Amino acid sequence: MHFTICDFVLDLVQNSIEAHASHIQLVIEEAAGFISVGIDDNGQGMDQATQKRAQDPYFTDGVKHRRRKVGLGIPFLVQAVQQVGGDWNLHSEPGVGTKLYFRFPAEHLDTPPLGDLPGLLLSIMCFDGDYDIHVRRANPASDIDYQVNRLELRDALGGFGDANALLLARQFLESQEIASA
Amino acid sequence: MAKMTLDQLRKLREETKGEMTRRETEGKEIQVIVGMGTCGIAAGAKESFDAIVKAVDEFKIGANVVIRQTGCMGLCHVEPTVEVIVPGMPATIYGRVDAAVAADIVRKHLVDHKMVNGHIYDRPAIDIISK
Repeated sequence: MHFTICDFVLDLVQNSIEAHASHIQLVIEEAAGFISVGIDDNGQGMDQATQKRAQDPYFTDGVKHRRRKVGLGIPFLVQAVQQVGGDWNLHSEPGVGTKLYFRFPAEHLDTPPLGDLPGLLLSIMCFDGDYDIHVRRANPASDIDYQVNRLELRDALGGFGDANALLLARQFLESQEIASA
Repeated sequence: MAKMTLDQLRKLREETKGEMTRRETEGKEIQVIVGMGTCGIAAGAKESFDAIVKAVDEFKIGANVVIRQTGCMGLCHVEPTVEVIVPGMPATIYGRVDAAVAADIVRKHLVDHKMVNGHIYDRPAIDIISK
Protein backbone atom coordinates (compact mmCIF):
# COMPACT_ATOMS: atom_id res chain seq x y z
CA MET A 1 0.00 0.00 0.00
CA HIS A 2 1.21 3.51 -0.71
CA PHE A 3 2.17 5.71 2.16
CA THR A 4 1.80 9.30 0.94
CA ILE A 5 -0.46 11.11 -1.51
CA CYS A 6 2.64 11.76 -3.62
CA ASP A 7 3.10 7.98 -3.94
CA PHE A 8 -0.41 7.66 -5.40
CA VAL A 9 0.25 10.48 -7.83
CA LEU A 10 3.57 9.00 -8.98
CA ASP A 11 1.86 5.67 -9.62
CA LEU A 12 -0.98 7.26 -11.61
CA VAL A 13 1.26 9.53 -13.68
CA GLN A 14 3.39 6.51 -14.48
CA ASN A 15 0.17 4.92 -15.83
CA SER A 16 -0.30 7.95 -18.11
CA ILE A 17 3.25 7.63 -19.40
CA GLU A 18 2.80 3.91 -19.97
CA ALA A 19 -0.42 4.73 -21.84
CA HIS A 20 1.75 6.73 -24.30
CA ALA A 21 0.54 10.17 -23.24
CA SER A 22 2.53 12.98 -24.85
CA HIS A 23 0.93 15.60 -22.67
CA ILE A 24 -0.08 15.34 -19.03
CA GLN A 25 -1.68 18.06 -16.97
CA LEU A 26 -1.26 17.66 -13.21
CA VAL A 27 -2.93 19.88 -10.63
CA ILE A 28 -2.14 19.56 -6.92
CA GLU A 29 -4.06 21.88 -4.69
CA GLU A 30 -4.48 22.25 -0.95
CA ALA A 31 -7.47 24.48 -0.36
CA ALA A 32 -10.85 24.68 1.39
CA GLY A 33 -10.08 21.72 3.64
CA PHE A 34 -9.14 19.33 0.85
CA ILE A 35 -6.02 18.01 -0.81
CA SER A 36 -7.11 17.69 -4.44
CA VAL A 37 -5.31 16.13 -7.37
CA GLY A 38 -6.24 16.14 -11.05
CA ILE A 39 -4.41 14.17 -13.73
CA ASP A 40 -5.44 14.73 -17.33
CA ASP A 41 -3.57 12.93 -20.10
CA ASN A 42 -3.86 12.39 -23.83
CA GLY A 43 -2.81 8.75 -23.64
CA GLN A 44 -4.55 5.80 -25.27
CA GLY A 45 -7.55 5.93 -22.91
CA MET A 46 -9.84 3.12 -21.79
CA ASP A 47 -13.33 2.06 -22.86
CA GLN A 48 -16.17 1.82 -20.32
CA ALA A 49 -15.59 -1.84 -19.53
CA THR A 50 -11.86 -1.39 -19.00
CA GLN A 51 -12.43 1.60 -16.73
CA LYS A 52 -14.63 -0.52 -14.55
CA ARG A 53 -12.17 -3.38 -14.50
CA ALA A 54 -9.29 -1.03 -13.62
CA GLN A 55 -10.89 -0.82 -10.17
CA ASP A 56 -10.53 -4.57 -9.75
CA PRO A 57 -7.21 -5.41 -8.03
CA TYR A 58 -7.07 -8.67 -10.00
CA PHE A 59 -7.18 -6.95 -13.37
CA THR A 60 -4.28 -5.75 -15.47
CA ASP A 61 -4.15 -5.15 -19.21
CA GLY A 62 -1.72 -8.06 -19.43
CA VAL A 63 0.50 -6.30 -21.95
CA LYS A 64 3.69 -6.15 -19.92
CA HIS A 65 3.64 -9.36 -17.95
CA ARG A 66 1.40 -11.79 -19.68
CA ARG A 67 0.54 -14.17 -16.88
CA ARG A 68 0.12 -11.64 -14.11
CA LYS A 69 -3.37 -10.88 -12.93
CA VAL A 70 -2.73 -8.04 -10.51
CA GLY A 71 -3.14 -4.30 -11.03
CA LEU A 72 -3.13 -2.34 -7.81
CA GLY A 73 -2.65 1.30 -8.83
CA ILE A 74 -6.30 2.41 -9.05
CA PRO A 75 -7.58 -0.04 -6.39
CA PHE A 76 -5.07 1.36 -3.86
CA LEU A 77 -6.27 4.88 -4.56
CA VAL A 78 -9.96 4.00 -4.37
CA GLN A 79 -9.47 2.19 -1.07
CA ALA A 80 -7.53 5.06 0.49
CA VAL A 81 -9.98 7.71 -0.72
CA GLN A 82 -13.07 5.80 0.39
CA GLN A 83 -11.62 5.09 3.82
CA VAL A 84 -11.58 8.79 4.68
CA GLY A 85 -14.74 9.90 2.88
CA GLY A 86 -12.96 11.59 -0.02
CA ASP A 87 -14.08 11.66 -3.67
CA TRP A 88 -12.66 10.29 -6.87
CA ASN A 89 -13.67 10.32 -10.45
CA LEU A 90 -12.36 8.60 -13.57
CA HIS A 91 -13.27 9.59 -17.08
CA SER A 92 -11.59 8.04 -20.07
CA GLU A 93 -12.11 7.72 -23.78
CA PRO A 94 -10.19 5.42 -26.10
CA GLY A 95 -7.94 7.43 -28.39
CA VAL A 96 -8.58 10.66 -26.50
CA GLY A 97 -7.15 10.24 -23.02
CA THR A 98 -7.92 9.85 -19.35
CA LYS A 99 -8.96 12.31 -16.68
CA LEU A 100 -8.61 11.27 -13.08
CA TYR A 101 -9.58 13.45 -10.16
CA PHE A 102 -9.50 12.73 -6.44
CA ARG A 103 -9.51 14.59 -3.18
CA PHE A 104 -8.82 13.78 0.43
CA PRO A 105 -10.30 15.73 3.37
CA ALA A 106 -7.19 17.43 4.79
CA GLU A 107 -8.21 17.10 8.43
CA HIS A 108 -9.23 13.46 8.48
CA LEU A 109 -7.01 11.45 10.81
CA ASP A 110 -6.44 8.69 8.24
CA THR A 111 -5.78 10.94 5.25
CA PRO A 112 -2.27 10.07 4.06
CA PRO A 113 0.37 12.79 4.44
CA LEU A 114 1.05 14.78 1.26
CA GLY A 115 4.63 13.50 1.15
CA ASP A 116 7.73 14.71 -0.65
CA LEU A 117 6.28 16.96 -3.33
CA PRO A 118 9.52 18.18 -4.97
CA GLY A 119 10.66 14.52 -5.05
CA LEU A 120 7.39 13.55 -6.73
CA LEU A 121 7.69 16.26 -9.38
CA LEU A 122 11.26 15.21 -10.09
CA SER A 123 10.26 11.56 -10.35
CA ILE A 124 7.40 12.12 -12.79
CA MET A 125 9.73 14.12 -14.99
CA CYS A 126 12.52 11.61 -15.37
CA PHE A 127 10.92 8.66 -17.05
CA ASP A 128 12.28 8.14 -20.57
CA GLY A 129 10.63 9.89 -23.49
CA ASP A 130 9.54 13.26 -24.84
CA TYR A 131 6.23 13.55 -23.00
CA ASP A 132 5.41 16.93 -21.50
CA ILE A 133 3.97 17.45 -18.05
CA HIS A 134 2.45 20.70 -17.00
CA VAL A 135 2.20 21.00 -13.22
CA ARG A 136 0.03 23.52 -11.46
CA ARG A 137 0.49 23.64 -7.70
CA ALA A 138 -1.44 25.79 -5.25
CA ASN A 139 -1.76 26.15 -1.53
CA PRO A 140 -3.29 29.61 -1.01
CA ALA A 141 -3.10 29.47 2.80
CA SER A 142 0.71 29.15 2.54
CA ASP A 143 1.07 31.55 -0.39
CA ILE A 144 2.26 28.79 -2.65
CA ASP A 145 1.26 29.04 -6.29
CA TYR A 146 3.45 27.99 -9.20
CA GLN A 147 3.59 26.09 -12.45
CA VAL A 148 6.34 23.98 -13.97
CA ASN A 149 6.74 22.31 -17.34
CA ARG A 150 8.78 19.21 -17.91
CA LEU A 151 10.12 20.17 -21.32
CA GLU A 152 11.11 23.66 -20.14
CA LEU A 153 12.95 22.21 -17.19
CA ARG A 154 14.61 19.57 -19.34
CA ASP A 155 15.69 22.26 -21.78
CA ALA A 156 17.20 24.40 -18.98
CA LEU A 157 19.15 21.39 -17.72
CA GLY A 158 20.07 19.90 -21.08
CA GLY A 159 18.44 16.60 -20.03
CA PHE A 160 17.70 14.78 -16.78
CA GLY A 161 20.28 12.08 -17.42
CA ASP A 162 23.05 12.56 -14.92
CA ALA A 163 22.97 12.91 -11.15
CA ASN A 164 24.13 16.50 -11.28
CA ALA A 165 21.11 17.50 -13.36
CA LEU A 166 18.82 15.61 -10.99
CA LEU A 167 20.23 17.38 -7.95
CA LEU A 168 19.86 20.81 -9.55
CA ALA A 169 16.32 19.97 -10.67
CA ARG A 170 15.48 18.99 -7.11
CA GLN A 171 16.88 22.27 -5.76
CA PHE A 172 14.83 24.14 -8.33
CA LEU A 173 11.64 22.27 -7.45
CA GLU A 174 12.22 22.66 -3.70
CA SER A 175 12.67 26.39 -4.12
CA GLN A 176 9.25 26.64 -5.83
CA GLU A 177 7.60 25.57 -2.59
CA ILE A 178 8.74 28.79 -0.93
CA ALA A 179 5.89 31.20 -0.28
CA SER A 180 5.81 33.90 -2.92
CA ALA A 181 4.70 36.67 -0.54
CA MET B 1 16.85 30.62 -0.16
CA ALA B 2 14.67 32.34 -2.70
CA LYS B 3 12.61 30.91 -5.53
CA MET B 4 14.90 29.82 -8.35
CA THR B 5 14.06 30.90 -11.88
CA LEU B 6 14.65 28.79 -14.98
CA ASP B 7 17.41 31.20 -16.02
CA GLN B 8 19.19 30.78 -12.70
CA LEU B 9 18.87 27.04 -13.06
CA ARG B 10 20.34 27.21 -16.57
CA LYS B 11 23.28 29.22 -15.26
CA LEU B 12 23.97 26.82 -12.41
CA ARG B 13 23.89 23.96 -14.85
CA GLU B 14 26.37 25.71 -17.18
CA GLU B 15 28.75 26.31 -14.28
CA THR B 16 28.86 22.62 -13.39
CA LYS B 17 29.03 21.52 -17.01
CA GLY B 18 32.67 22.60 -17.26
CA GLU B 19 33.67 19.87 -14.84
CA MET B 20 31.51 17.38 -16.64
CA THR B 21 32.91 17.63 -20.13
CA ARG B 22 36.39 17.07 -18.75
CA ARG B 23 35.30 13.71 -17.44
CA GLU B 24 33.37 12.76 -20.55
CA THR B 25 36.30 10.75 -21.95
CA GLU B 26 36.10 8.23 -19.11
CA GLY B 27 33.00 6.77 -20.69
CA LYS B 28 29.63 7.90 -19.52
CA GLU B 29 27.91 4.62 -19.98
CA ILE B 30 27.09 3.59 -16.42
CA GLN B 31 23.32 3.27 -16.11
CA VAL B 32 21.20 2.85 -13.02
CA ILE B 33 17.51 2.15 -13.61
CA VAL B 34 15.01 2.19 -10.76
CA GLY B 35 11.67 0.36 -11.06
CA MET B 36 8.82 2.77 -10.30
CA GLY B 37 5.71 0.69 -10.82
CA THR B 38 2.98 0.34 -8.18
CA CYS B 39 5.02 -2.41 -6.52
CA GLY B 40 8.22 -0.35 -6.44
CA ILE B 41 6.54 2.78 -5.13
CA ALA B 42 4.73 0.85 -2.38
CA ALA B 43 8.04 -0.70 -1.31
CA GLY B 44 9.85 2.65 -1.11
CA ALA B 45 11.57 2.96 -4.50
CA LYS B 46 11.46 6.76 -4.24
CA GLU B 47 13.71 6.64 -1.18
CA SER B 48 16.07 4.27 -3.02
CA PHE B 49 16.14 6.63 -6.00
CA ASP B 50 16.99 9.59 -3.73
CA ALA B 51 19.70 7.55 -1.98
CA ILE B 52 21.29 6.64 -5.33
CA VAL B 53 21.35 10.26 -6.51
CA LYS B 54 22.86 11.32 -3.19
CA ALA B 55 25.54 8.61 -3.18
CA VAL B 56 26.47 9.22 -6.82
CA ASP B 57 26.93 12.87 -5.94
CA GLU B 58 29.01 12.09 -2.86
CA PHE B 59 31.41 9.96 -4.88
CA LYS B 60 31.56 12.72 -7.51
CA ILE B 61 30.77 10.33 -10.36
CA GLY B 62 27.60 12.19 -11.36
CA ALA B 63 28.87 13.09 -14.81
CA ASN B 64 29.46 9.44 -15.70
CA VAL B 65 26.26 7.95 -14.37
CA VAL B 66 22.86 8.10 -15.98
CA ILE B 67 20.05 7.52 -13.49
CA ARG B 68 16.70 6.55 -14.98
CA GLN B 69 13.32 5.28 -13.93
CA THR B 70 11.10 2.67 -15.44
CA GLY B 71 7.87 0.85 -14.60
CA CYS B 72 7.53 -2.59 -13.06
CA MET B 73 10.34 -4.97 -14.11
CA GLY B 74 8.27 -7.99 -13.10
CA LEU B 75 10.06 -8.69 -9.81
CA CYS B 76 7.28 -7.39 -7.57
CA HIS B 77 8.21 -9.82 -4.79
CA VAL B 78 11.61 -8.22 -4.19
CA GLU B 79 10.90 -4.52 -4.72
CA PRO B 80 12.41 -2.00 -4.80
CA THR B 81 14.40 -3.24 -7.80
CA VAL B 82 17.33 -1.49 -9.44
CA GLU B 83 19.10 -2.48 -12.66
CA VAL B 84 22.77 -1.56 -12.90
CA ILE B 85 24.73 -1.54 -16.16
CA VAL B 86 28.46 -0.94 -15.84
CA PRO B 87 30.65 -1.46 -18.95
CA GLY B 88 32.76 -4.57 -18.57
CA MET B 89 30.45 -6.08 -15.95
CA PRO B 90 27.32 -8.18 -16.34
CA ALA B 91 24.08 -6.20 -16.32
CA THR B 92 22.66 -6.86 -12.88
CA ILE B 93 19.23 -6.56 -11.30
CA TYR B 94 19.23 -5.96 -7.59
CA GLY B 95 16.16 -6.55 -5.44
CA ARG B 96 15.12 -5.48 -1.95
CA VAL B 97 17.09 -2.27 -2.45
CA ASP B 98 16.33 0.07 0.44
CA ALA B 99 18.24 3.33 0.89
CA ALA B 100 21.16 1.60 2.67
CA VAL B 101 21.53 -1.11 0.00
CA ALA B 102 21.25 1.59 -2.68
CA ALA B 103 24.22 3.45 -1.18
CA ASP B 104 26.09 0.13 -1.00
CA ILE B 105 25.43 -0.56 -4.68
CA VAL B 106 26.86 2.82 -5.65
CA ARG B 107 29.97 2.35 -3.53
CA LYS B 108 30.69 -1.29 -4.37
CA HIS B 109 29.26 -1.84 -7.85
CA LEU B 110 29.68 1.57 -9.48
CA VAL B 111 32.89 2.69 -7.79
CA ASP B 112 34.75 -0.52 -6.83
CA HIS B 113 33.27 -2.69 -9.62
CA LYS B 114 32.25 -5.45 -7.22
CA MET B 115 28.74 -6.86 -7.07
CA VAL B 116 26.66 -6.62 -3.92
CA ASN B 117 25.91 -10.04 -2.43
CA GLY B 118 22.48 -11.15 -1.32
CA HIS B 119 20.47 -8.81 -3.53
CA ILE B 120 21.01 -10.14 -7.04
CA TYR B 121 17.91 -11.36 -8.89
CA ASP B 122 17.22 -12.30 -12.44
CA ARG B 123 14.23 -11.71 -14.62
CA PRO B 124 11.70 -12.64 -15.70
CA ALA B 125 10.17 -13.91 -12.48
CA ILE B 126 9.14 -17.56 -12.72
CA ASP B 127 5.39 -16.89 -12.77
CA ILE B 128 5.48 -14.89 -15.99
CA ILE B 129 7.53 -17.31 -18.09
CA SER B 130 5.15 -19.24 -20.34
CA LYS B 131 5.73 -22.94 -20.30
